[in-house]
Amino acid sequence: MGNSMTDQTQTSEMQTPPRDQSDQKPGIIRVEGMHKWYGDFHVLRDLNLTVDQGERIVICGPSGSGKSTFIRCINRLEEHQQGKIIVDDVELTDDVRQIDTVRREVGMVFQHFNLFPHLTVLENCCLSPIWVRKTPRKEAEATAMEYLERVKIPDQANKFPGQLSGGQQQRVAIARALCMKPKIMLFDEPTSALDPEMIKEVLDVMIELAGSGMTMLCVTHEMGFAKTVADRVIFMDGGEIVEEAPPHDFFTNPQEARTQKFLKQILAH
Amino acid sequence: MTESTMKAPKKALRPVKWMRENLFSGWFNTVLTLGVAYLLVTSVGPLLNWFFLDANFVGSDASDCTGAGACWLFISQRLNFFIYGFYPDELQWRVDVMFLLLAVAFVPQFIERFPGRKWLGLFGIFGLPVVGYFLIPGGAFGLEEVQSSKWGGLMLTLILAYIGIIASLPIGILLALGRRSEMPIIRGICVIFIEVWRAVPLITVLFMASVMLPLFLPEGVNFEKLARALIGITLWQSAYMAEVIRGGLQAIPRGQYEAADALGLGYWRKVGLVILPQALKMVIPGIVNTFISLFKDTTLVLIIGLFDILGTVQSTVTDPAWQNVAIEGYVFVAFCFWIFCFGISRYSQNLERKLDTGHKT
Ligand SMILES: Nc1ncnc2c1ncn2[C@@H]1O[C@H](COP(=O)(O)OP(=O)(O)OP(=O)(O)O)[C@@H](O)[C@H]1O
Ligand SMILES: [Mg+2]
Repeated sequence: MGNSMTDQTQTSEMQTPPRDQSDQKPGIIRVEGMHKWYGDFHVLRDLNLTVDQGERIVICGPSGSGKSTFIRCINRLEEHQQGKIIVDDVELTDDVRQIDTVRREVGMVFQHFNLFPHLTVLENCCLSPIWVRKTPRKEAEATAMEYLERVKIPDQANKFPGQLSGGQQQRVAIARALCMKPKIMLFDEPTSALDPEMIKEVLDVMIELAGSGMTMLCVTHEMGFAKTVADRVIFMDGGEIVEEAPPHDFFTNPQEARTQKFLKQILAH
Repeated sequence: MTESTMKAPKKALRPVKWMRENLFSGWFNTVLTLGVAYLLVTSVGPLLNWFFLDANFVGSDASDCTGAGACWLFISQRLNFFIYGFYPDELQWRVDVMFLLLAVAFVPQFIERFPGRKWLGLFGIFGLPVVGYFLIPGGAFGLEEVQSSKWGGLMLTLILAYIGIIASLPIGILLALGRRSEMPIIRGICVIFIEVWRAVPLITVLFMASVMLPLFLPEGVNFEKLARALIGITLWQSAYMAEVIRGGLQAIPRGQYEAADALGLGYWRKVGLVILPQALKMVIPGIVNTFISLFKDTTLVLIIGLFDILGTVQSTVTDPAWQNVAIEGYVFVAFCFWIFCFGISRYSQNLERKLDTGHKT
């Protein structure tokens, strides 16, 4: 994915959206001493992280370092074996009801969009509000149109995902997650399956979202996006959090040798 | 013309060019074409003669079959038996009502934009069996009772196939889901069920249902033979259906499950709203294939003494009053099966086209 690691100059020139500091809930995500194994393979080692409401976190690191696994643990797409994950005061355990509660509050955007191909764009967006939140259909559709407007594709509402470009599909995926009115949004490399000319349209939507005060956890190699939007950048390697710093410090003055090596590699283009 | 108003060029159809390209390209193809043409000319004539030109259509018994061709008289004279079996004449209107409802429910499915066809289809699937349950055997609502041993012919074939089809699909879906379950007990039960039933020939199942099942049932509990055959056919068919559907489930990318999970849909809504609609659509050809083979396999009930359409015809062609009518009888049976199986096949093609959302991955 060498191409998508390049610094998107357009986005780095944009203004950092002001962060809404009022009405903040500290520790909306709390990860304490978390470990995860795949069989004998120790993927995540002793992760600790506290994210406040409204914070925007960018997670980066080399391939295979466990970034995806980590954020997938936060809505229990993956199970952790040791330590605690508490999301909005609900601890993730084997209890299915607690898992469902957390998933309702956490939206997720995937690298490969994962839209439902048998439903139209509008139906994709309304599915969960109608069936999980029990929102009346009319109301759900109105909300969905609002969000489709926000991601700038209201005119595609009645098309099927297969008829859209990659960038459009990813924006629908963002709208679909937002329709559940989540408190937290997780992004797993949302732009790395896209052609370069479509990356910006998706990043713009994410920047706009960041400006609205959404709590965001973002795995991405878009360093321009990290500089513009992030409150903190987290660097992972070998299943550990190696370094954690505000973007300015992270990029200009990395403390750890592994971070320096990583930054040198991806900024070397 | 500007770019936006230009239409895609239509493929020109020119017969002479088409023939030269497809029938007479090279000496080998030319020889093949001529050979096939010769066979067609020499066989179509005699067939036409036998089927229509020399065939006998009018009269009242075997002595009226004087022409050299087919004796269709035999079919028309015994048609009542072929359709209703031993169902009493004066009560046959009840069966006719069912035929009519069947047609009302399913013929509109072939007509695009027929008003309310979805509701008619739903009635066909859920309502029809209920109506039939009361109407055909009678014994309630002041309807005279007709023992199932008197049912037969086309009516019996349709009952067997219809119940087999609409009951095996949901059971098959549950078995397929169970086989992919994360719970070992459920998975184990489903695997054993599927593997046991699938490994047994239908004939054996029918034999067991008719001969052995009564031995195991407690004193006093006694299903009718037909009901036992139906249960046997349905369970046997479900095992097949389960494997077809499992093929579809396995073809759904993991991302679809994850997206549904991330939206908090929960297991049953995930399966019902996201996974099954895609999986079933993907295996429509396989499902229909299974339906069609079940439809034809119902003829095996002959061996446990039920007279389906093939059974009624077979028992009549040996009737001394009619001679040499076996071919006519079997052609008639083949035609009846073909009509229904072809109908099912056409409908499934319509459905596939309608459900195509342009998603290819
Ligand atoms: N289901 C699984 N079973 C076993 N090992 C897995 C599984 N999923 C991931 N892994 C391993 O866990 C490690 C971390 O994977 P993960 O997908 O979290 O990496 P990543 O940081 O997201 O990498 P990338 O940048 O390539 O997406 C990798 O070494 C991977 O091979
Ligand atoms: Mg990853």
